[in-house]
Amino acid sequence: MRQALLDIRDVVTVFRSGNRVARAVDTASLRLEQGETLAVVGESGCGKTVLALSVMGLVPDPPGRVTEGEILYRGENLLGMEEEALRKVRGNHISMIFQEPMSSLNPVFQVGDQIAEAVALHQHASRRQAREKAVEMLKLVGIPNPDRRAKSYPHELSGGMRQRVMIAMALSCDPDVLIADEPTTALDVTIQAQILDLMDELKEKKGASVLLITHDLGVVARAARQAAVMYAGRIVERAGVRELFHEPLHPYTKGLLASVPTLGRKRELHPIRGAVPSIFDKPAGCEFHPRCPKAFERCKIERPPLYTLDNGRQTRCFLYEQ
Amino acid sequence: MTKTDHTPLLQLRDVRKQYSIRTGLGLGEPLTVTAVSRVSLTLRQGETLGLVGESGCGKSTLARLILGLEKPTSGDIHYRGGRLDEWRRLDLRRRMQMIFQDPFASLNPRQKIGDIVEEGPLIHHMGSRKERKEAVLQLLGMVGLSPEYANRYPHEFSGGQRQRVAIARALALHPELVVCDEPVSALDVSIQAQVLELLADMRKRFDLTYLFISHDLSVVGHVCERAAVMYLGSLVEEGPTESMFADPLHPYTKALLAAAPIPDPDAARRRAKLSGDPPSPIDPPGGCPFHPRCNQAFEPCSRVAPQLAERAPGRRTACHLYDPEHQATLATTAAKETL
Repeated sequence: MRQALLDIRDVVTVFRSGNRVARAVDTASLRLEQGETLAVVGESGCGKTVLALSVMGLVPDPPGRVTEGEILYRGENLLGMEEEALRKVRGNHISMIFQEPMSSLNPVFQVGDQIAEAVALHQHASRRQAREKAVEMLKLVGIPNPDRRAKSYPHELSGGMRQRVMIAMALSCDPDVLIADEPTTALDVTIQAQILDLMDELKEKKGASVLLITHDLGVVARAARQAAVMYAGRIVERAGVRELFHEPLHPYTKGLLASVPTLGRKRELHPIRGAVPSIFDKPAGCEFHPRCPKAFERCKIERPPLYTLDNGRQTRCFLYEQ
Repeated sequence: MTKTDHTPLLQLRDVRKQYSIRTGLGLGEPLTVTAVSRVSLTLRQGETLGLVGESGCGKSTLARLILGLEKPTSGDIHYRGGRLDEWRRLDLRRRMQMIFQDPFASLNPRQKIGDIVEEGPLIHHMGSRKERKEAVLQLLGMVGLSPEYANRYPHEFSGGQRQRVAIARALALHPELVVCDEPVSALDVSIQAQVLELLADMRKRFDLTYLFISHDLSVVGHVCERAAVMYLGSLVEEGPTESMFADPLHPYTKALLAAAPIPDPDAARRRAKLSGDPPSPIDPPGGCPFHPRCNQAFEPCSRVAPQLAERAPGRRTACHLYDPEHQATLATTAAKETL
């Protein structure tokens, strides 16, 4: 197989609480190819953010730790890399934008200086060069009067502007992988549309690949080509976005799609019964079986593997055993 | 009260709410913020009206005015034909209830679920102690919670279950009007549908009227017969959701609909229609509040604030594009452009 830009192989990330150990990410594998946008979709607690943090080497330890698997960036394993070396990858090659732009910007520094700091650190630029680069980045992400805005403090900017600053910062060192964790969730719809367009445009311009973490199926449909659905720490389905929406395989994916109202299409909703299990108290067998309308005896005892079907689609469900 | 009564349940006429704020050290002249600007709206018995808009548009302030939690600066609100401020407060509170967005913040963590639901009936001296306890258990069952949960505390429950408790609490007083402020926004996708389904069931069962505040147009389109769109404190469009969403009149409604993410990869990819952020309500633009961001703005828009008027059967909008008075200007502008 061709080398993927980012190859996540059988990663397990555990969290400890007292004597209990939870597998927040359980044997997850994903491949991100050059120039593609891959969405990781799931509800709160499904492990999507922990997976992103695992890639970045930012899992808070304690209580969390990546215990198994490999994360290969251009063939090099990031797990077990020295902190120094990892820091070079982070920012220079892989960078991340977070959901809450307010809490990820430092409130007491001007935004221009915050971007310049990243540039100076990673690209060994002089103060002046870094400052110029910061203004250039602000211009790139569509902030009006970038010269003046570089001198603003985060609280002086609107939510959409702050998220643009975060994107500017994340892209300032020309990374090839951008991990975006719910980048538009805290924003109003018209601003969300602007930010998604901006990410698209920048991806084209810079040739970066995007790992998009989201709970919003609308955002997936709009922004991604490939998608992985996560439930209770596991990837339960992987597919191209079009196939995923037109012909979902896993009962959880089907349930999710049947529970969202769609504009302009009046239809009955079919909610998934029950609630997402706590990661400390996952059911035996298939994690989804207590909520699954199609569950049978085997689902309660055995964990289904990820099956690959003849057409290349992948799903973790006994119904598709061949 | 019978169904043949044609008095609207709730009627707002020219309602305005202004706050004065001081900035910096508070030494300068106080500034005036108009949170709600001359809103007129009618809510009929038994309907679900959606109130749509982005953050800061005034939809939550409008809800607080309707509930009597704030007094309008000018204009008046009538409930069942009587002025809101002439109703007895306690009586009004029984008839109007509210469901909040964040079920983690809206339930007292030190009260048991049963006590939370019983508190309203207790204050209103409804029934005997035994009757109240029975009613609580019955309500918990109705919202899909096991009666034994009555002795548990909120922290033991998930967001969806807490929102069910909040719904049970709101219904315990047999209200007529329930204001739902973003009731599913904080919930997971698979839980949102459960709660929407429950709200629809309860509406049928108790003959409720809902004012449903949401930023999510897909949700509003799903649950509401009618919707009102707000921008910077003003109502810009109002009408039946079906025709409004299929054929929006106001450019802002058009932009909102175009921006809404649709869970269908084949849906036409529409580019963001709106650039820029909503202006600050401290320093609103003159004329139409939307004109600086509107791609169809023309001569009168920066000068005159458009009035909300019926422009199609049952459809009201505040936009000069539909004002017969400006049709001539519009035609000349169009003619110039084609030249």
